[in-house]
Amino acid sequence: MTAYLIRRIWQMVPTMFGVVLLVFLLFKGFGGDPAEILAGQNASQAQVDAIRQQLGLNEPLWTQFGIFLKQIVTFDWGRSWATNESVAHLFSTRLPATLTVMVPILILDSLLAIPFALGVAYVRGSLTDRSIMVATTVALSISFLVYVIVGQYVFAFQLGLFPVQGWSDHLSTNLARYAPLPVMLAVAVSLAPQTRLYRSFFLDEIGHDYVRTARAKGLTESTIMLKHVMRNALIPILTNVAVGLPGIFVGSFLIEVFFSIPGLGREVLLAVNRSDYPVIQAFAIYIAAITMVVNLATDVLYKIVDPRVVLK
Amino acid sequence: MSAVIDLAHVDTRTKATRSESVWLAAAKRFRSDRVGMVSLVIVALFLLLVLAAALGLVGKNWQAETGVPNAPPTFLGPAPPSETLALAAPTGPNADISAVDPLAPRYQEWAEAAKKYQTTASVKADTLPFGGDRLGRDVLAKAVKGAQVSILVGVAAALLATLIGTVLGALSGFFGGKVGDFLEWVYNVFTAIPGILLIFAFAAVFGRGIGSVVLILGLAGWTGIYRLIRAEFIKHAVRDYVRSAEAIGAGNVSRMFRHILPNVSHVVLVQLSIYVVGFIKSEVILSYLGLGVGVDQVSWGTMLAEAQSELILGFWWQLAAATILMAVFVTAFSLMTDALRDALDPKLRGLE
Repeated sequence: MTAYLIRRIWQMVPTMFGVVLLVFLLFKGFGGDPAEILAGQNASQAQVDAIRQQLGLNEPLWTQFGIFLKQIVTFDWGRSWATNESVAHLFSTRLPATLTVMVPILILDSLLAIPFALGVAYVRGSLTDRSIMVATTVALSISFLVYVIVGQYVFAFQLGLFPVQGWSDHLSTNLARYAPLPVMLAVAVSLAPQTRLYRSFFLDEIGHDYVRTARAKGLTESTIMLKHVMRNALIPILTNVAVGLPGIFVGSFLIEVFFSIPGLGREVLLAVNRSDYPVIQAFAIYIAAITMVVNLATDVLYKIVDPRVVLK
Repeated sequence: MSAVIDLAHVDTRTKATRSESVWLAAAKRFRSDRVGMVSLVIVALFLLLVLAAALGLVGKNWQAETGVPNAPPTFLGPAPPSETLALAAPTGPNADISAVDPLAPRYQEWAEAAKKYQTTASVKADTLPFGGDRLGRDVLAKAVKGAQVSILVGVAAALLATLIGTVLGALSGFFGGKVGDFLEWVYNVFTAIPGILLIFAFAAVFGRGIGSVVLILGLAGWTGIYRLIRAEFIKHAVRDYVRSAEAIGAGNVSRMFRHILPNVSHVVLVQLSIYVVGFIKSEVILSYLGLGVGVDQVSWGTMLAEAQSELILGFWWQLAAATILMAVFVTAFSLMTDALRDALDPKLRGLE
């Protein structure tokens, strides 16, 4: 186990190096000149030159890459070009809002989609099953934007059940007042693809011999489905949840934009619109690191859920 | 003599038919799939619409302000005239302030300059076939033009992603070794960054416009097909037919793209159509966020962005037009993709 962990972490090094290199070269090669973005449109050449000097843009490329690496390792990204807020502060203040919305979404999503998919898989081939499949296909083809636009209009604007948008400083107020509508809409939208996916996982398991054996020895259908099929299908489901896990740090940026939630996703989008390079770069690199750690944690979790898994 | 030649001719022709039988069998399977055929017809109709819009036959004048602002659809009838409380015009003679008006000396000059220009008041329609937007532009024409932009961007980005993924996957799977390791490293790097962040990072440096969207989606999305093609090439590279080709002197490039590629082209085709659906959805979201097509262009995404503020005022038609067109196209395309996958690769049936 320890050897496995060490090897996996060692394998992350070249990938992480690649991510840093990709981000560095992307912004160096294709992005605008940072000095000109920072100086603004009315700056004189002398001002632009001074900023170039300050940012080390006159150094050779490999020295600049060294500075970039040092920033990453020391968590010192300096300040946002747009708001002059330090990037570290920006992360720590925006993360709570994102988690307040994303954690309930993730939990509700799994809790609703699993029984739903199990039910659909149980009545496979029937009219109910087929009509649900058709309905999910159509539901999937409508853009996510439309659900949020219409949902916000109907539930918040017309019926007045929720505030149209907003956010407060208190976790309890946020959870009780501002989060319900975004969470509800996001869960409703992701239910269709999740149900389809989990249904196919359940169907894969139902076709196996052990299910036939269980039937033959006279177990009730509910025992078969809940104890045998469910436990086996949980492995691919777990993978799927884990794949989505790093997403909770990015946040559903669309939800955050629509409901004016001061979260990380909205911050990245603002950064893109403002050409605020340090924020985007820091974000891409740290989220990549988190993704790799989460993937490793998932692989270890497999071992706990399914003793048959051998970690190589 | 002629009979012999004829026979040889017939022989090669039957051989040619036989070698195409994979595709013929797939076409037969596809034709028996009723849902697939219906969706194929719908997709074909949409592609005709896109072609017509690209040639300027329909939706060419989408920017013309033909109706009154927010003109309702014809079937709803014209909007009731709103009651505006106008101040009563003052009666009595105009006061002469030319003594203190600093602009007074120039009024004559301006009146003459104004005569040089002709203003024609165009008649604005009260209703439009499917309503008008904030500026009185025909929503139907916009939706058609938007369909052209959204579908073309989706298809072009899918082609780019497929091209990158196929070539890199072929190189990696065929050569293995150092080349394969290097490309695997590139793949790991691209998949380490969550997709949406990768798209944002590319959007930050490439700016907006149709070309940028295609580039962004293509560069961020090639990893899926790379994986599949690589696996196929690893499998095929050691098969007998490839070794035979090598024995008769076929070079690397020839073996990769003339011998192996046709045998895995069904994977490419299916993945390409999965990409089209995904990228159209992504383009709509990018354009909505203002990272997509330029401001002087229309796509389903920019229509949805406008529709949001219109909906609050009760003007639902722009939202409906963009949503319905997109839903019909994407549903038809996904069903067609499913049918295509079932027809081309029966092993994959039932997988999502």
